Amino acid sequence: MEYVSPEGLRLDGRRPMEMRQIRAEIGSVSKADGSAIFEMGNTKVIAAVYGPREVQNRSQQISDRALVRCEYSMANFSTGDRMRKPKGDRRSTEISLVIRQTMEACILTHLMPRSQIDIYVQVLQADGGTRSACINAATLALADAGIPMRDLVTSCSAGYLNSTPLLDLNYVEDSAGGPDVTVGILPKLDKVTLLQMDSKLPIDILENVMQLATEGCKAIANYIREILLENTKQLEYRRGS
Amino acid sequence: MLHNKSFVKKTKGGKVMKQVREHYLRDDIYCGAPSCTVCDTSNARLSASPSTILVLDTNVVLNQIDLLENPAIDDVVVLSIVLDEVKNKNMSVYNRLRAICNNSMRKFFVFSNEHHRDTYVKEMSGETKNDRNDRAIRVAAQWYQKHLGSAVKVLLVTNDKENKRKASEEGICAETVESYVKSLDRPDLLDLLVRPSSEDVDMEEVEDHRPSKRKVIYSEHKPMSEITSGLHRGIYHQGKLRVNRYNPFEAYVGSESIGDEITIYGRSNMNRAFDGDIVAVELLPQDQWQGEKSLSIAGEEDEDEDEEVHLAPNSADVAPRTIPQQGSSREINAGSSRPSGRIVGIIKRNWHSYCGSLEPMPIPGGNRGVAYALFVSKDRRFPKIRIQTRQLENLLDKRIIVSVDSWDRQSRYPSGHYVRTIGDIGDRDTESEVVLIENDINSRPFSAQVLACLPPLPWSVSSEDLSIPFRQDLRHLRVFSVDPPGCKDIDDALHCYALPNGNFEVGVHIADVTNFVFPGTPLDDEASQRGTSVYLVERRIDMLPKPLTEDVCSLRSDVERLAFSVIWEMTPEADIVATRYTKSVIKSAAALSYVEAQARMDDSRLMDPVTTDLRNMNSLAKKMRLRRIERGALTLASAEVKFQIDTETHDPLDIGMYQIREANQMVEEFMLAANVSVAQQILKSFPLCSLLRRHPTPTREMLEPLLRVSAAVGLNLDVSSSKALADSLDLAVGEDPYFNKLIRILATRCMSQAVYFCSGDLSSPEYHHYGLATPLYTHFTSPIRRYADVIVHRLLAASIGISKLPPVFQDRLQLTSISDNLNYRHRNAQMAGRASVELHTLIYFRKRPTDTEARIVKIRSNGFFVFVPKYGIEGPVYLTTRAEKGSGEWYVDEQEQKIKKMDGSISYSILQTVQIHMEVVEPQPNRPKLQLTLI
Repeated sequence: MEYVSPEGLRLDGRRPMEMRQIRAEIGSVSKADGSAIFEMGNTKVIAAVYGPREVQNRSQQISDRALVRCEYSMANFSTGDRMRKPKGDRRSTEISLVIRQTMEACILTHLMPRSQIDIYVQVLQADGGTRSACINAATLALADAGIPMRDLVTSCSAGYLNSTPLLDLNYVEDSAGGPDVTVGILPKLDKVTLLQMDSKLPIDILENVMQLATEGCKAIANYIREILLENTKQLEYRRGS
Repeated sequence: MLHNKSFVKKTKGGKVMKQVREHYLRDDIYCGAPSCTVCDTSNARLSASPSTILVLDTNVVLNQIDLLENPAIDDVVVLSIVLDEVKNKNMSVYNRLRAICNNSMRKFFVFSNEHHRDTYVKEMSGETKNDRNDRAIRVAAQWYQKHLGSAVKVLLVTNDKENKRKASEEGICAETVESYVKSLDRPDLLDLLVRPSSEDVDMEEVEDHRPSKRKVIYSEHKPMSEITSGLHRGIYHQGKLRVNRYNPFEAYVGSESIGDEITIYGRSNMNRAFDGDIVAVELLPQDQWQGEKSLSIAGEEDEDEDEEVHLAPNSADVAPRTIPQQGSSREINAGSSRPSGRIVGIIKRNWHSYCGSLEPMPIPGGNRGVAYALFVSKDRRFPKIRIQTRQLENLLDKRIIVSVDSWDRQSRYPSGHYVRTIGDIGDRDTESEVVLIENDINSRPFSAQVLACLPPLPWSVSSEDLSIPFRQDLRHLRVFSVDPPGCKDIDDALHCYALPNGNFEVGVHIADVTNFVFPGTPLDDEASQRGTSVYLVERRIDMLPKPLTEDVCSLRSDVERLAFSVIWEMTPEADIVATRYTKSVIKSAAALSYVEAQARMDDSRLMDPVTTDLRNMNSLAKKMRLRRIERGALTLASAEVKFQIDTETHDPLDIGMYQIREANQMVEEFMLAANVSVAQQILKSFPLCSLLRRHPTPTREMLEPLLRVSAAVGLNLDVSSSKALADSLDLAVGEDPYFNKLIRILATRCMSQAVYFCSGDLSSPEYHHYGLATPLYTHFTSPIRRYADVIVHRLLAASIGISKLPPVFQDRLQLTSISDNLNYRHRNAQMAGRASVELHTLIYFRKRPTDTEARIVKIRSNGFFVFVPKYGIEGPVYLTTRAEKGSGEWYVDEQEQKIKKMDGSISYSILQTVQIHMEVVEPQPNRPKLQLTLI
């Protein structure tokens, strides 16, 4: 299967180093303390954050820092075949854990002892790269909720098909079975908080692919920062100061 | 830069599903004209100031690819939509088109119109996919015209009438291929044109040249939907058509649905199918099943077509695998219980180009030189092909290549078009070329990119090579090579030292080809495509360029060369105590031929070190061989012949069977051992991606012909295991010395070939190599002439940790496709070698009609096949002539494998010795053949 034509175009018309179009929207769930929708091409994810609030289950309370919980799910309508997806299957448990750990790493939990932060992410439409989109949405929602963080966390994936590193795989490219590297970074601190890979890749190529994914993360970080800035300006305007 | 656009597509994946894919439209796709002022011209491919730019329609590419390959057609824009459509319809045309687009000499530019902002068209409601694509092509053509201005004429070349009409309406210049080529004023190009089938071109352009034959000859092919449902309901049977090599009117379809071979007699039952097509067959009612004897081709009007032969094929790949039930009474013919059928539809065509010549005909006067001629393929399995030519006088005495385009119901023969000329008929070089083309062997010189990968010449071992830590300096060892005389590509050398503890150190040194051929380079790609060197009688087609083959890699004597060595410590009983693998530098002390090595070993006066080494090795090899045979390795035989070629004229002077000496066996033994050791090593390190070689155990069914023959001559063969077979083959000694070899040759033919495979694709019991009786085997010892060995070298180097495994090995699919290609190339190389031998046999006997002794190897209803041991030739001998066909004078006794005359006066039995006369005759012009007759 030819995923990159000799003319250098991918199946959907992107070049290997190009991301899909991204779009973000803050405050889409008014009941939540913070929420966001994040789109990467046809992948669409909604995130809602509740907290910091009192710990619901006292036994889980941690005395010196906040408890972070995360629940990931996929809407039944998110893929073409309207299959009923059991909640809590292995895949979503794993992704929940990944998101929780990634977010926990940047939330200043020690500032909010004996409290709980809930992050809910749901995939509304899946077209590859849901993991990255969830993390990006969660970052926005956390920022919207005003939860103190070290830095933004942004994530992007990259793959390697037809001997070419490809940024931001879509569903077709993802299901090719090639390597799929998901990277999450703290852009300002320039630190990696998440690194996952499916399949395998020679070590020297992994570096290239990872580099590419990191570049993608940085681009997303710039966009997210713009969105947040815009949102803050609007809040300021609404307050009328 | 990005323009997002989602569109909706429905695809079938068992069920209808809606799929949404993103489709980005761009503004950075350029037009490819260097003169363009708006676009980025760095990747421009078209010429600087073209007068005309061609935009091709899909049907033109699909049908006229031979024309496009001609360098006269240039400045072509290939739209991505056209590429996509071609890819879906015909992969081989797609690959050829891609090759043209990648060729830097040609001015073909691929324009990604589907992702260009201005040329993307959205499907309109009610519009079919085809219409939408046609519109996309027109829009792109229009865009080009507007983009490049009036200085350049953009011409849409299409053979679709509707498309052409619409294009003209929209103000695009459009022409058919015919009119465009005519405007070029190149008569030779016109020959390359595929004549359009009647629908797409106005009727007046097609002159009806055969009014009398405008009647329907063949029945109509069933539509695909009917075939599919018929296959489901079991009234049709699907299979690949294989035409009998000796009788083009008889073909077989191996059908899985009835688990039997269906025989198809006659051209009308074959219904325009070609050899290799996937067809749907309908069984005839049982009373129409024809026995071999009653086979009549009187219905065919081609008197000249071929003499009819009832002889069934000789090679296992063509022969029907069914065993005719033994008829007890004489009236039932052997073949009458075999199902016969007729073809109702063709599921997949296997048309390609064919080599042959034109049927001699008078040159017609007038008519502007346009003539219709019949093309006769060299391979008898294919029917004649009607072509149209304007250069008849040039082509009559030439070997040419012709492509098939269509075969409609009204014409007896398929129609095709001329592709190119190879050379004069009968010329040895031309005929050799034909052999190469028929076997799909690339004999073109290596391209500049490939040659650029060679190390600087003259090459010698440098101090850098020596300073690499993993390369061991073995120059002090007394290494020598033993090869056939005149061998220039020496890829193996040996050494053998007695160790102080009484053991021997034996080393096999293989040319270190991977030191020069790096993965991913054009050189590597080319070698992997070629797969193997091809040895014809008078020439060799190299896998690697000549400097590598004959000099840099070749382990010649008295020069330092890089090698990959396998070094064993062996006990005097030839048990391997230790094995080690290393890259090395060696200096061969002597390059011996088999004859020389044998002479040295036999000459008891010689006591020089090399001879002593040889003797030591020989004694080790004998023990290894013995052990191998005890394990059940088969000693098979093939009818290899050797020509003595006149050095001046290159004509064959003499032929004889290839003689195998002890020295050959000695070298072979060590090579086998090295291969086995390496196979173990690489499989241990890379259980999922090693390239190994296996030889499947033959089924009892496959061995049936052998058993029948042996039973007839009173021999009891035990085929329960390879060991049992080997033993009973050893016991099969007849009254004459050749008997045993003959039985072995027959046994060899019953077996399938050994094949390469990727270890991840099969489970380990399937790795078994039946013929060598070893659980693991691979090819390591001839990297100069086999690509498999190059791969194995890389695996071995990675497994001993001196280099990294190239990324190809991560990709199982790619590895499998490489091994498939290797098997294909390997088989073709063998076929080409055989065809070349056949060709030279013909040349040899042309001047020397000979009487000789032959053995009967196969009995048929109207004759038998004989094998001529002296020349390694096999061929049919007819007992009945054409005139008295089917007279029933002879009958076959299946049980005893005899053919008897009705009155019982004469009978011939299998393996009997007969005297025959061999002569080259030409029953049909330009198709000489060796005829064998009884005396």
